[in-house]
Amino acid sequence: MMMNDMAQEAVAAGGGRKIGEVILDLQNISLRFGGVKALTDISFDVRKHEIRAIIGPNGAGKSSMLNVINGVYHPQEGRIVFHGEERKEMEPYMAASQGIARTFQNIALFKGMSVLDNIMTGRHMKMNAGLLSHMLYFGRAQKEEIEHRKKVEEVIDFLEIQSIRKTPVGRLPYGLQKRVELARALAADPDLLLLDEPMAGMNVEEKQDMCRFILDVNDQFGTTIVLIEHDMGVVMDISDRVVVLDYGKKIGDGTPDEVKSNPEVIAAYLGTSH
Amino acid sequence: MTFFLEVLIGGLLSGVLYALVALGFVLIFKASGVFNFAQGAMVFFAALTFVGFTEVLPGWTGLEPGSGGVFWLAFALALASMIVLGIATEKVVLRPLVNQPPITLFMATIGLTFFVEGLAQAIWGANARGLSLGISDEPVMWILDDFDIIISKFDLIAAGIALVLFVVLALLFQYTRVGRALRAVADDHQAALSVGIPLKHIWAIVWGVAGFVALIAGLIWGSRNGVQFALTFTALKALPVLILGGFTSVPGAIIGGLIIGASEKLAEIYIGPFVGGGIESWFPYVLAMFFLLVRPEGLFGEKHIDRV
Amino acid sequence: MLYREAGQFKASYQEDAQIFPIRQDRVGFIALLAFFFVVVPMIANQYWLQAILTPVLIFSLAALGLNILTGYAGQLSLGSAAFMAVGAFATYNFMLRIDGIPFLVAVVLGGLCAAGVGILFGLPSLRIKGFYLAVATLAAQFFIVWVLVKFPWFSNYSSSGVITAQEINILGFAFNTPETKYLLTLLVVTVLALAAKNMVRSTTGRKWMAVRDMDVAAEVIGIRLMRTKLQAFAVSSFYCGVAGALYAYTYLGTVEPEGFNLDLSFKILFMIIIGGVGSILGSFLGAAFIVLLPVFLNIFLHSFVGAALPPGFGSNLELMIFGGLIIFFLIVEPHGMARLWQIGKEKLRLWPFPH
Repeated sequence: MMMNDMAQEAVAAGGGRKIGEVILDLQNISLRFGGVKALTDISFDVRKHEIRAIIGPNGAGKSSMLNVINGVYHPQEGRIVFHGEERKEMEPYMAASQGIARTFQNIALFKGMSVLDNIMTGRHMKMNAGLLSHMLYFGRAQKEEIEHRKKVEEVIDFLEIQSIRKTPVGRLPYGLQKRVELARALAADPDLLLLDEPMAGMNVEEKQDMCRFILDVNDQFGTTIVLIEHDMGVVMDISDRVVVLDYGKKIGDGTPDEVKSNPEVIAAYLGTSH
Repeated sequence: MTFFLEVLIGGLLSGVLYALVALGFVLIFKASGVFNFAQGAMVFFAALTFVGFTEVLPGWTGLEPGSGGVFWLAFALALASMIVLGIATEKVVLRPLVNQPPITLFMATIGLTFFVEGLAQAIWGANARGLSLGISDEPVMWILDDFDIIISKFDLIAAGIALVLFVVLALLFQYTRVGRALRAVADDHQAALSVGIPLKHIWAIVWGVAGFVALIAGLIWGSRNGVQFALTFTALKALPVLILGGFTSVPGAIIGGLIIGASEKLAEIYIGPFVGGGIESWFPYVLAMFFLLVRPEGLFGEKHIDRV
Repeated sequence: MLYREAGQFKASYQEDAQIFPIRQDRVGFIALLAFFFVVVPMIANQYWLQAILTPVLIFSLAALGLNILTGYAGQLSLGSAAFMAVGAFATYNFMLRIDGIPFLVAVVLGGLCAAGVGILFGLPSLRIKGFYLAVATLAAQFFIVWVLVKFPWFSNYSSSGVITAQEINILGFAFNTPETKYLLTLLVVTVLALAAKNMVRSTTGRKWMAVRDMDVAAEVIGIRLMRTKLQAFAVSSFYCGVAGALYAYTYLGTVEPEGFNLDLSFKILFMIIIGGVGSILGSFLGAAFIVLLPVFLNIFLHSFVGAALPPGFGSNLELMIFGGLIIFFLIVEPHGMARLWQIGKEKLRLWPFPH
């Protein structure tokens, strides 16, 4: 219940967040790998400024859903409308340039680089200096490097990872790596942030920290968040609306309370007697 | 038309030999995930060791030079050397590098290539030598008479030996306990280990078998082109074969070998004259490169889906 | 005691992002440059300048090129020597066919030709990775050498494709002695090495490393894989191409296409393995090591073992030692000599009170 308090605190601190219009609309999405149906006819939308959770048992197609949203997978059927524009052929870098950032279920940091460099890559989209300028490290390249370093340091301060900024990420413990990954995503100033199990494998304290960060990001930066999480306590506490998937199909959609009382959802999670 | 067939068949037969070298790669790659660049050097080492023994054995044992006794004794000694080399490689080079990224292992096998080449020549000397298996390189008469096509008896027998080897290995892997264990290891090291398959044993066996395959390939190649340093380059031709066939597929290695062998000979004859000849040196690689653009996983490789 | 950063505070991000954040390193680097630019030409004899220092510098540049591609961008290549050949032959043709072209312009153009060829042979990297790519780069190795041998236009119709480098003349000054050639090489290599360092510490380098470390994640944060990989191929080949031009012009004088064979490509690969994959310094250390090893080995064999060895034994021993060292380094220190240097420095920072 502590998290519930925190959520309410955050809402209070933000002076009551405004959930806005639909920014991402997924209509009748179907995705197949050969003969395997990963997603079947799934529709839901995400509104500006909300925290939208996707839940479901293992193998329900949650990660595939995120991969569809940011262009890693290409669904065979369905429409995706982001910021009012229907999406055509989409590659991940295009999604990034439209303001979609994400973290991964299995940490996907750049292991050979320091924390600082990892987060700096998150800002590369906003840096325009060319190769020759980089070779000389003079003029625009240097100016940009310093300008963006300032932004990155803000993110570092925000996520409280100042002390590890020069550490190679490979040496960090799991929980901190997750935080660095969030930092890298945040550095891109995303409109829409996709979090794939941000709290998996964490202990209670780390989970609480992560919850706080997610709520703060949502609140202070106005970032819309779609997250996948298995910890029901967390999901029910921090999300505004929840989508439930099972075997690649949508079986529930609504506020946490609605979803909790949905018989199909209960059946999927607890099993039913046939 | 006859000429075309001759070129084609000649190419296919030499393709069998490429496949033989490629088979050594595939065995090791399947079992231990190592792309063994040194396979070519091992072929060279095997051939040179065999020839070396046939030269010194008469002096040591008093056997008649060129007699069957010398041949089989040299064969046995060379095989023993190859198995020792294979097992030593596994123990000294690869075991300490377990869990390193595949690229590191690959580079280690490039180092191994140099080491094995140096070792072979340091022991047996660097001069080129002939190797005779007692099979004459003459046209098979009845084919010449009936179909008017020249096919070398040597090539045919060599292909036959290769074929027998493929079949024996296939049966071995399909129907024996060791074979089953090996396939399990190829699929998943951890899982194989957890059901009690002795991983180190299996690896030693695979390296030993790869040494045996290298010896056969070395003998055939060596008696065709002489035992010399260039043998290691011939073995490089097995790489495009692997790309075509996929790194993990034995049938792929065979079919890839046939395609490479046939296409490079045909290209040399029919395209070569327009560009000045000698295109055999690069044609297989360029072919493989274009092939990769169309089908990155090879003919028989598994399609890889990135999971994130 | 002498080497430590205590008391050196960074007040701005600019100061924090320097190449050498520690003052002692800066001083040391400048002293090193001064030594190689001023002292070495005065004290070194012809043999050292011509047969050791110049090739070490040239191979360092080639290794740097391969390191950009393999060490930073993670794309393994077995064809570096072929790109050197493109640089050498292109520079030769620019010098030959354009009257009065300044030497350095010809070298840069030669490097750009190599970059273009590099992009072409880098195209498969968009679909394939790792070993597959390594094999595909063998296509470059064999194909380019074949083209240079088969089409005599490239070598101005000389027999078997041998080219003889024209005299280098920059602003009326002839670079025809070992000292001047060494200095010219040193200058070019220094400039390009600093440029490489600058690239790898800016967005360009971070994108390369991102692609190397995890391509899917790189793509998801908006890095365009195709552009980044091809850029790495281009820059890497440019470095190799310039190295090839220097190899022909300031080191050997006459070269033939077969001189840029697979063995040379492997040598360059070994340089970065032994020196340090993904390290600028490592490229230099590795090149020095690989060039010096046979020299010392020869001296050693001659003075200790003497003439009792069969001919050719030395070169075989060299092969074995090369191979053995590669394996040794990969097992003991996969990050090469550059990492040893780094560890040494870290120890030195605490010396003499390590606790």
